[in-house]
Amino acid sequence: MAETNLLKLEDINKSFGNVNVLKNINLNIKSGEIVALVGDNGAGKSTLIKVITGIHRPNSGNIYFKNKEVLIKSVAQSRKLGIEAVYQERALCDQQELYRNMFAGREITNFLGFMNIKEQRKESEKILRDFIGFTSKAITVDSPVEGLSGGEKQGVAFGRSLYFDSDLIILDEPTMGLSIQETEKVLNFIRGLKDQNKSAIFIDHNIFHVYGTADRFIIIDRGEIVGEFLKEEISRSELIKKMIELHESGRIEVNKT
Amino acid sequence: MINNFLNSYFFKTHRLEISIIVIAIILYFIYLFGAPTAFSRFAIYRAFMQSMPFFGIIAISATFVITLGEIDLSFPSIVGITSLTFGMVLTGTEGNFFLAFLASMSLGMFAGLINGLLVTKIGIPSIVATIGTLFFWRGLVNVVAQGSGIAIVDVAEYTWHHTLFVSKVFGSIPAQFIWFLVLTLMMQWIYRYHKFGNHIHFVGDNKASAQMMGINVDNVKIIAFVQLGFFSAFAGMLTMYEMLYFWPTQGSGLMLTTLAAVFVGGTSVFGGKGTIIGSFIGVLIIGSLESGIIALGLSGFYVKFIYGLMITLSVTIYALIQRKKT
Repeated sequence: MAETNLLKLEDINKSFGNVNVLKNINLNIKSGEIVALVGDNGAGKSTLIKVITGIHRPNSGNIYFKNKEVLIKSVAQSRKLGIEAVYQERALCDQQELYRNMFAGREITNFLGFMNIKEQRKESEKILRDFIGFTSKAITVDSPVEGLSGGEKQGVAFGRSLYFDSDLIILDEPTMGLSIQETEKVLNFIRGLKDQNKSAIFIDHNIFHVYGTADRFIIIDRGEIVGEFLKEEISRSELIKKMIELHESGRIEVNKT
Repeated sequence: MINNFLNSYFFKTHRLEISIIVIAIILYFIYLFGAPTAFSRFAIYRAFMQSMPFFGIIAISATFVITLGEIDLSFPSIVGITSLTFGMVLTGTEGNFFLAFLASMSLGMFAGLINGLLVTKIGIPSIVATIGTLFFWRGLVNVVAQGSGIAIVDVAEYTWHHTLFVSKVFGSIPAQFIWFLVLTLMMQWIYRYHKFGNHIHFVGDNKASAQMMGINVDNVKIIAFVQLGFFSAFAGMLTMYEMLYFWPTQGSGLMLTTLAAVFVGGTSVFGGKGTIIGSFIGVLIIGSLESGIIALGLSGFYVKFIYGLMITLSVTIYALIQRKKT
């Protein structure tokens, strides 16, 4: 497996007003590596991934993608680099049709900017069928998203991220609100990324999901990386113990490897 | 058969348009049976076609802003200031249409840009920001015009541009109505099938999601306000060609009818859903109400009352439909 750096964050700081949400974050993601971000609510995990996807701009620090320094100013830009995000919620707009949601922000258009609806519907059908495996007749590409269940919405967001071939997929609580069967599907999908030499960063509160899926665990607490473990270095019970310690003491002892 | 239709894809996706068209047809039959003499002659339809485009064009354009979940209350004053500019430049240059057109349309877009910037970059809610600019532009009209109007009859009558905008096509169809029709179709096309129209829907539906999907929320809003500024200027210019006169209160009567047309037309006050065709039918309904009420034999005092009733009822019904769905 290629051991090249795909994404490198250097001394990233981000504050909202007086609150320092991210403090000197240094992070490396290799090609074909699955990294899990763990930590309590409000630790800064979501802010960190929003910095990577261009929703937030860091106050200071550098970002390197494929060994080149990049300024990620917008979602469109991060997508162009090859970073795709699947958010736990808000990944879709409820009142709009499925096929419009699939291509929102990167519509298939002619040179005047008019959308090729036929092409978008056709491709959306392909995503539903091939990437998600929807067989339900009740859901068509013309259905508004509001009629879908939580799992189906998550599936649509996944299918979309797979369709737009990207190098780094970021998943914010991808299994939240899913049935056991749907969850297993999602975790398999994440594991499958490795075979394509793709990388993923994912946030999940369920240590069992995290441990079974990721190669490396990064523990974040109050805006700082307080622990970093390769899967070989730590057992599942140790990882759980660390998390409980962190939760109880409010601060885990720094144990970087 | 009816059940089939109610379950069809076409009905489901065009529910709003179909309901508003049915309401318009019912209203038309009330006119026709209540006042057969007036409504069996062409004259009243010509009068409608003559007057509706002036607020109709703005209603079509405003549908974009309202679909965003925003509102613009300043367009009556944008009509005022751009018409004043048009009149001043046209008379000042002895009828140079291009210069007058360029000046008033750019000013309209500039006024829209200010609204857009206030809403997006400064973060003032649009209802408040545009009340400010409503007074600002009208105030400027008053300061510059000093209460007097501008006659453009000498530099506009019998010119090619007068013919282009307000002549009678085939001897009886007002040209401004054809402009209105063409613009409606064009805007419908953009609203449904252009990337920009798509972004309008997503931003109005859920700003945060739209942003995460890579849509530049601020730019979409700014462009929406700018195009409304442009079409306000355009509608103001058409009005001037029809009247051949500018008066300092020009445009100030447009607020009620224009917004009423959009809301009666079925565009959601919550944003994210709307219809240009609905707004067009809304214009037909609102624009025919005054003459219709008088022709039916009611006194003019009923006009505003019935406007109020129609607006309140329609937004209530649409809000209930929406609540039932979620």
